[in-house]
Amino acid sequence: MLEITPTHYLVLSAGLFMIGVIGVMVRRNIIIIFMSIELMLNAVNVNLAAFSQQWQHVTGQVFAVFVIAVAAAEAAVGLGIILAFYRNKETVNIDEMNVMRW
Amino acid sequence: MPAGFSAADFYNILPELVLTGGALLVLIVDVLTARQQRGLLAWVTLGVLVATLLALLPFSDVNTVASRGLLAIDGFAFFFKLVFLLTALVTVLMSSSYIEVEGLRAGEYYFLILCATLGMMFMASGIDLITIFIGLETMAVAFYILAGFLKPNRRSNEAAVKYFLLGAFSLGLLLYGMSILYGLSGTTNVRELATVLASQERNALLIVGLVMVVAGIGFKIAAVPFHMWAPDVYEGAPTPVTAFLSVGSKAASFAMLLRLFMEGLPFLADMWQPMFWVLAVMSMTVGNLAALTQSNIKRMLAYSSIAHAGYLLIGVVANSSRGVTAMMIYLLLYVFMQLGAFAVVVMLRRQDVAGDELKDLSGLYFRYPTAAVAMLFFMLSLGGLPPTAGFMGKFWLFSAAIESGFIWLAVIGVLNSAVSLYYYIRVVVFMWMKEEALGSPIVASPSMAVALTVALAGAVVFGVYPRPLFELAQESAQSIGGVAAAVSALSF
Repeated sequence: MLEITPTHYLVLSAGLFMIGVIGVMVRRNIIIIFMSIELMLNAVNVNLAAFSQQWQHVTGQVFAVFVIAVAAAEAAVGLGIILAFYRNKETVNIDEMNVMRW
Repeated sequence: MPAGFSAADFYNILPELVLTGGALLVLIVDVLTARQQRGLLAWVTLGVLVATLLALLPFSDVNTVASRGLLAIDGFAFFFKLVFLLTALVTVLMSSSYIEVEGLRAGEYYFLILCATLGMMFMASGIDLITIFIGLETMAVAFYILAGFLKPNRRSNEAAVKYFLLGAFSLGLLLYGMSILYGLSGTTNVRELATVLASQERNALLIVGLVMVVAGIGFKIAAVPFHMWAPDVYEGAPTPVTAFLSVGSKAASFAMLLRLFMEGLPFLADMWQPMFWVLAVMSMTVGNLAALTQSNIKRMLAYSSIAHAGYLLIGVVANSSRGVTAMMIYLLLYVFMQLGAFAVVVMLRRQDVAGDELKDLSGLYFRYPTAAVAMLFFMLSLGGLPPTAGFMGKFWLFSAAIESGFIWLAVIGVLNSAVSLYYYIRVVVFMWMKEEALGSPIVASPSMAVALTVALAGAVVFGVYPRPLFELAQESAQSIGGVAAAVSALSF
């Protein structure tokens, strides 16, 4: 039987994190980019939970709960901002953000 | 393990508690007052900030750890909290006329300014990864909303979206780095981190974590190559918000950087010094060169603030108590110069003029000599010409670098300051040597006049008589050094 070690969790979270980073880089839809960022934050949570298990204390899990709470607050504000942008522009494509030079 | 918090824990965060209560008070007053009396809100906000300042003053000599090792109440935190409150005060003073011209909702605006200040204060005193990150987010989320506060304005929308996406992305990087640091050490306390990690062997994971944290903070201080958001956000956001963002958020991020690297990772200095060396050189060079061609004042000041992040990073690279002192002095002086420059830009915003293009400054001297002379001082100060405050700040930064043996870094810094004079002087040329710009007359409201006076007084007085500031900063910088002694004092 294969034992699940912290290394396995690290590989999982590194994979999730990379998917998130690549998503931010290549996708053009603001909502999808935002979802990719959430994926990065969830990679952080996997890390924290795994390390918490490894050290046999709850600090990491408390940290993860804070990350989840902050991600939720950020999502609320972020979606509001994206909505305000959509109302003026009728699009959520990041290439259409061209009022100012990038 | 003791359960719960003691009364001392609550006393130690008294300034933060006052600020939190005050922010809620602003919201309540907003609901209770009629639309015509909203001018009252600015007064309430000013009152809250002054009350916080008064609550902060007894802590000037305190050096303790509060809330079970989550917060350090020390000279370093005291100095930075002073900087944040001063910044918020001047920002609120210059906001009231702008809010009227743009027709903004004053209640939420002031509430968010206070929330951002609260976040900054926790960033400066947090010595636990969790506290630092919660403080950072309290500040950042408030700034995301403030950047997009002009809802019908497409530039403001864009600024908010860009700031939000890159801010959240950088948070992901920073947290991933922090999670690795926690995983390797088994603690989230910055001071314990230092003792635990110092005895461990270095491995690849630690380097990954370090790079992630540097990148995450690089975004927050807008250092090249993590600066892409800054020019757009600075241009699109409402001008007083830009002012607050460029000074407050930068100072808070540097406070966080110093806590994390000087207190938490001092034994890795040989690894992060080269990284910050590269960031400093790139920020100074790219920031100054890009600023040369800008025609929008807010955009120009954005690139100039990127360059200033580069100058400030010199103090980090120096990695000495002198470097920290120099950074703290520079940040406080930067409050006056940068806020003053933005105050003049805010004043140019009138019913029929956007006021953020360089040509809007044309001939300012002939119509409004006082404003033009003030702007002249701020520009010379930002450029670092003696005998202004900016010169003093740069002098200390560069001498700290030389003392630590980074002579080349100081040379590059001096050369960059020379380049930067070109675009600062260009503003002066527009004010003195161009035809007068059209548009309705500029009226400085009394609060704006106070804001300008405070900024000008700071930039002038500390330029010729910096001694008290130097002593305060030197004393405050000491508390960030003694790491090992403080760890044993933790009340776990």
